[in-house]
Amino acid sequence: MNANIFRHEFRSRFKSVIIWSLSLAALVFFFFALFPVFADQAALMDEFLAKYPPQLRAAFGMNDTNLGSVMGFFSFLFMFVQLCLAIQASNYGFGLVSIEESELTADFLLSKPVSRSQVLVSKFLAALVSLTITNAVVWVVSFMAIALFHGENAYDTGTLVLLLTSIIIFQLFYLSVGLVISLLVKRVRSVTPYGLGLAFGTYILSAFSGVLGDVALEYITPFKHFEASAIVAKDAYNTPLVLLNVAVTLVSLGVSYWLYLRRDIPAVS
Amino acid sequence: MSIIELNKLTKYYGKSRGIVDVSLDVEEGEIFGFIGPNGAGKSTTIRLLLSLIHPTSGSAKVFGKDVMTHGAEIRRDIGYLPSEVYYYEGMKVVDLLKYSASFFNCDCTQRMKELSEIMELDLKRRISDLSYGNRKKVGIVQGLLDSPKLLFLDEPTSGLDPLMQRKFFDLIRAENERGVTVFFSSHILGEVQRLCNRVGIIREGKIVEISDIRTLQQNNYKKVRLTAGGMDAAQFDLPGVTNLQAENGTLSFFFKGDINTVLKMMGSLQVVDVTIEEPTLEEIFMHYYE
Repeated sequence: MNANIFRHEFRSRFKSVIIWSLSLAALVFFFFALFPVFADQAALMDEFLAKYPPQLRAAFGMNDTNLGSVMGFFSFLFMFVQLCLAIQASNYGFGLVSIEESELTADFLLSKPVSRSQVLVSKFLAALVSLTITNAVVWVVSFMAIALFHGENAYDTGTLVLLLTSIIIFQLFYLSVGLVISLLVKRVRSVTPYGLGLAFGTYILSAFSGVLGDVALEYITPFKHFEASAIVAKDAYNTPLVLLNVAVTLVSLGVSYWLYLRRDIPAVS
Repeated sequence: MSIIELNKLTKYYGKSRGIVDVSLDVEEGEIFGFIGPNGAGKSTTIRLLLSLIHPTSGSAKVFGKDVMTHGAEIRRDIGYLPSEVYYYEGMKVVDLLKYSASFFNCDCTQRMKELSEIMELDLKRRISDLSYGNRKKVGIVQGLLDSPKLLFLDEPTSGLDPLMQRKFFDLIRAENERGVTVFFSSHILGEVQRLCNRVGIIREGKIVEISDIRTLQQNNYKKVRLTAGGMDAAQFDLPGVTNLQAENGTLSFFFKGDINTVLKMMGSLQVVDVTIEEPTLEEIFMHYYE
């Protein structure tokens, strides 16, 4: 770990972290502020939802969702939180080393007396700390919003903690997979399309997996590995899928490390 | 002691050539000129020495240590000025230089002031507002900031006005007098001629010549211009004569070999005017490229 690189990386991402954190805080807070209305009209809502074809409900992960309950409603909004977190983490993953290369500052950094492994580890930790700030904000705002708006309805704090704990594993997946893809393709010219592609791609796969009832797709996308409605319904993770998710993350990190140490830094051309 | 030792260093980018079997030594305290046209492999060689890229085969040592295994340690004593300077656009010059200095165990504030004064660099400006020449100045200050023992200069003068170029050369000479070894890559021969002790010429990825700059000029070729009555260009088509050109009754050619052969030939002519001089490096250089 090199403290200078860490500090530089952290600072350069700080504005983005603040924007993401504030947006997510607003999303959780204002979305959950609608809960009292839904809770009052629970019966009406269920009736209304029942009229939709099950495929459409599945696409939104709402087949076993009870919007009238605190955690049921929270699991519905959590899916959008996950989507935002996935975009943020993918962006950081894709940009981790590729921004430095596309803006041609990699020559500057790597001609300094630091090893490749120090560079990668420092950058990775800086990104991880950035993501953890956003994560912490989501935790705090979730607890606050639920405390403020749950009304008469009871909920299990344990389930909420379980759901929120999944965030860090979820973020690490996108950070690591983004990183490994950025090192596998020849050159990433712009980070955003890749980041959005990975996040929306996996989200859509998850939605389709609901529509088709296809088992195979479940294995590929973290939105299924950590499907909020399922976690709330069973009050537990789907352990094999979570292990699969962690395994993909670890393999991505290992391969990224191996690739980066052997990487030829592209020159100006 | 050799500061840089390259042994059959080869780099291919996929199938396209970078450099092939480059072997050379740079001794401590010398200014080594590395010349060749664009795309000959000059930058590739420097980037290999900084382990920004990895060799396909062969080995490279700096300060007696292998660049692949001891890269970080070696770079502690290296200053590098890339041919194209790119820095973090949002940063101020002073912050960039501080970030750069933070990698070395030195308090470089004083030196930063001195260097930027010499190069007339405004530390308070943003990198994104700087012109090409000013960025180059940032690169120069940045490369010299930590008082390195070895300097890699990759086409350092492009973008600098002649006045700045002179200041820069004075700076490099002063560093060299302190004992700093300089590896100077360029395609402009004039500046190499002014500064370097030895030169290596690279062409299409291969070293074609390494020699003392004086030897290169003196021992190799003479440039002869001759104006004489009743001469025939074909007369001078001797072994050792190249670039024979006749124009308005004046012959010019390069000659390598025993100069007496040419002198005897001239003896039989009614010579009006004759000059025999050392060719400029430029002319030698063109010769290698034919």
